Amino acid sequence: MQPFSYVRPDSPESAVAAFTAAGPGTRFIAGGTTLYDLMKLRVERPAHLIDVTAIKGLDHIETGGDRLRFGALAPMSAVAENPVVLRDYPVLAESLSKAASQQLRNMATVGGNLFQRTRCLYFRNGAGSTSAGTTYACNKREPGTGCAALGGIDRGQAILGQSDACTAVSPGDWPVALVALDAYVEVLGSSGTRTVPVTDLYRLPGNTPHLEFTLQPGEIVTAIVVPKTRAGRRSTYHKIRDRESYAFALASAAVALDMDGNTVTRAHVALGGVATRPWRASAAEGALVGHQLTAETALTAARAAMSGARPGRLNGFKIELGARTVADALMIAADRSRA
Amino acid sequence: MDGDETSLGVTRRAAIRGTAALTVASVLPTSEAAAERTTEQVTFPNGALDIRPIVNGRPVTARIDPRTSLLDLLRESFALTGAKKGCDHGQCGACTVHVDGHRVVSCLTLAAKVDGHAVTTIEGLSDGERLHPMQQAFIDHDALQCGYCTPGQIMAAVACVREGNATSRARIRDYMSGNICRCGAYVGIVAAIEAVAAKGGRV
Repeated sequence: MQPFSYVRPDSPESAVAAFTAAGPGTRFIAGGTTLYDLMKLRVERPAHLIDVTAIKGLDHIETGGDRLRFGALAPMSAVAENPVVLRDYPVLAESLSKAASQQLRNMATVGGNLFQRTRCLYFRNGAGSTSAGTTYACNKREPGTGCAALGGIDRGQAILGQSDACTAVSPGDWPVALVALDAYVEVLGSSGTRTVPVTDLYRLPGNTPHLEFTLQPGEIVTAIVVPKTRAGRRSTYHKIRDRESYAFALASAAVALDMDGNTVTRAHVALGGVATRPWRASAAEGALVGHQLTAETALTAARAAMSGARPGRLNGFKIELGARTVADALMIAADRSRA
Repeated sequence: MDGDETSLGVTRRAAIRGTAALTVASVLPTSEAAAERTTEQVTFPNGALDIRPIVNGRPVTARIDPRTSLLDLLRESFALTGAKKGCDHGQCGACTVHVDGHRVVSCLTLAAKVDGHAVTTIEGLSDGERLHPMQQAFIDHDALQCGYCTPGQIMAAVACVREGNATSRARIRDYMSGNICRCGAYVGIVAAIEAVAAKGGRV
C-alpha cells in the first residue's frame, strides 16, 4: 500500500480546510470499507487521508417534520434499524439491511455509501490484487488502457448506461432507493453549502469512466434528505442475488407507490444491479400512473423499465431478470399496508 | 523504540488468556514495516501515529504506520492472534471484533480509527478460564471443524444475540452471512446461536 498522511479533523469546516491544505491526492475517508479495501488492491492510491469520523453531530437521524434527514456519518445499520424508517419507508430500510454484512453496515456510513465504487472484477484487479501479474485493462482504474470486460467475463456487467469505454455496474442499493424517492444531499465545500439531488451525483461513464461523481474536489456530503411521501409506506427494495444474503445485486428494484383503490396515482421506480449508475425508470412510472395494478400491468411497466437495454456476451439474462424483479417489487409494494 | 514482542514477555498462550501486559506496547505496526527494519529503527514513510485504544478492557498505547489495519495491530503488535486474516478484504468475517460494542471487520478498520475507542477480541470474551456461553455453545453444538473462522464467528454471534437479531433461524442466517465457514459448519453455528439466544439473559 502506498504511504499516506493521516489527519482527523473535528468539524466539517476543518475537514474541508484540511483538504484544501493537503493538495493533490487527498481523499476523505469515513467507514473506509470501500476506500481502504481499494487501497490494499492499489486501485486507490491517496497521498493524504482526511478521516471525517471524529466530527461530532454528523450522525443524527431526524424523522420529524416534512422530511427525513440523515447525518452523513450515521452508520448504515443505525438507519436500517430506525423505527420510523422501518415503518414508513421500508424501501430505505431494506436497501440498507440487504446490503453487505452487519459488520460492514456498522462501519459504513450512509454518506460514504453514496460513493461506493464498482465491484467490476477488472476494475478491482489493481497492482495489489492476488493476480497482479496479469493486471487487466480498465479505463476506470487506469484511464486510456481499455476495457477488458468488453468481450470478457461480463456476467455481472451493466446492460443499461454503459459505453464502449466501460460497462461497470453501479454497486449500491441505498443510492437506488434514494434516487427513487427524490432525495437530495447537503454538501459543504470551500465556497459554502449547496444541495444536490442524489440522482445528480452520478455520471454516466461515456469516454471518462474514471469520473464517477459530480462533487467538486474538497466537497463533502453532510446530510441526506428525503422528502416525506405517502408512497413510502407502500414501498420495497427487492434485491435478487446469487446467494440469499451478503451479495451484490444481479438486479434490484426500489419501488414506492401511491394508490387510489387499485389505481396507481404516483409511482417511484429505480433499478440497481443492471446499470452504470442508480437508474430511475421514468418509462415504467409513466406506464403505471392512472392504471390499475395487476400482475400483467406490472410486467408491462417493468419491461418498459428495461427499454434500451443492451446485453453483452453473458449478461443477457439480466433483461428478463430485471423486468421480473421490477414486476415482483411492484406487487410486493402494492400489498403493503394502506397508509 | 523497541520493536520486539518477546521483550514484552507476551506469549501466545498468555495473550490468549487475556493476561498479557499490554499497557506499554510500542511495537511493530505492520509486516511491511518489519521488512524495512534492519536496525533498531522502524521507518514510518509518512510519519508515525500514536494511538491509545482500550483493548479487552486495558488501556494500551501503540506507535503505528497510518496504513496499519486494526487486524494487524491486534495480531502483530499485541500478539492477540485470535482474530484471523482470511481474505483481508472484508469478505469472510474471520477478523470480526467489537469496537465500542459493535461488531466490525478489523481488516478494513484503520487502526488509527480505534484511538480512544474500546476494542474487544475473542481473547477478551471469556472470564478467565471460564468460557463465554457462546464459546461453550459452539463446543456443545459442534459448530466448527478446522476452527479458523471460529473466533470471528463467535464474535459475530455474540453481537447477533446482543443486537436482538437472533430471533429466528432465518434471521440468524441473514445476520451471520458476513461470516464464511468453508468447512460448512453452518448448521451447528446456527444451532449454537439459537441455543444461547433461547436461554436469554445477558450474553
